[in-house]
Amino acid sequence: MTPQLEHYLVASAVLFCLGLLGVIVRRNLLVIFMSLELMLNAANLALVACSRFNQNLQGQGLVFFIITVAAAEVAVGLAILVAWFRQKNSAQVEDLTGLKL
Amino acid sequence: MIASGFLVVANPFSRNPVASALFLVLAMISMAGLFVLLHAYFLAAVQILVYAGAVMVLFLFVIMLLDLKEEEKRRYKLYSIITGAAGAGGLVVILVKTIMLDRTPAPVQAATVEGPASSLGRLLFDPNQPFLAGMEAVSVILLAAMVGVVWLSKKDFK
Repeated sequence: MTPQLEHYLVASAVLFCLGLLGVIVRRNLLVIFMSLELMLNAANLALVACSRFNQNLQGQGLVFFIITVAAAEVAVGLAILVAWFRQKNSAQVEDLTGLKL
Repeated sequence: MIASGFLVVANPFSRNPVASALFLVLAMISMAGLFVLLHAYFLAAVQILVYAGAVMVLFLFVIMLLDLKEEEKRRYKLYSIITGAAGAGGLVVILVKTIMLDRTPAPVQAATVEGPASSLGRLLFDPNQPFLAGMEAVSVILLAAMVGVVWLSKKDFK
């Protein structure tokens, strides 16, 4: 039995929800970033599976762009995180209250 | 294979950020394996190189740099766990039901779309496709990200 489209889509959905759970539950900004990567990867998996089963390469082109933008996003996000850690000496979301009046 | 992919991504349940990062590497690699199964060979290679290579090295570097020892001891609030589990569980139920609802009777037998680098490159750089402007925009985004990161890490915020 070869895996069909819905198997890939279910795997992608479960992966996305694991990432969502990580974003909601974890309090560490680094781990929240990792969960975001997980969600992006779930979307990539769904796109590649749909492009494969619809005999269409455009999904793979989109995934290429998603990977590139995700890499740029991680670089900028981690730089912001390091700059903020240097100032506050913490990486927890509870301490992220710099904009509070 | 898919089950291994599930088991690998149990990283929200380990406390240490380093453990989370290593599990994320495993998840990325198994995702690349799924890409290979879907005949997207170029994307599998890019996945390994960019995610499992560059991004995860960046993550591990920042983890080691920040030294997050004492932060493991903080407890999670109960209602955040309840809310997260309810939200994610509800979403997974909805998504799976939707997928199962409109499953089409097995569309392909002889799927001819392969993902070698040549056809994907021809698609990406075809002026008749919408991807060419995106390629240029992506190059600008990467340059902007690089400049921004250098600026962020140089400047001393006061």
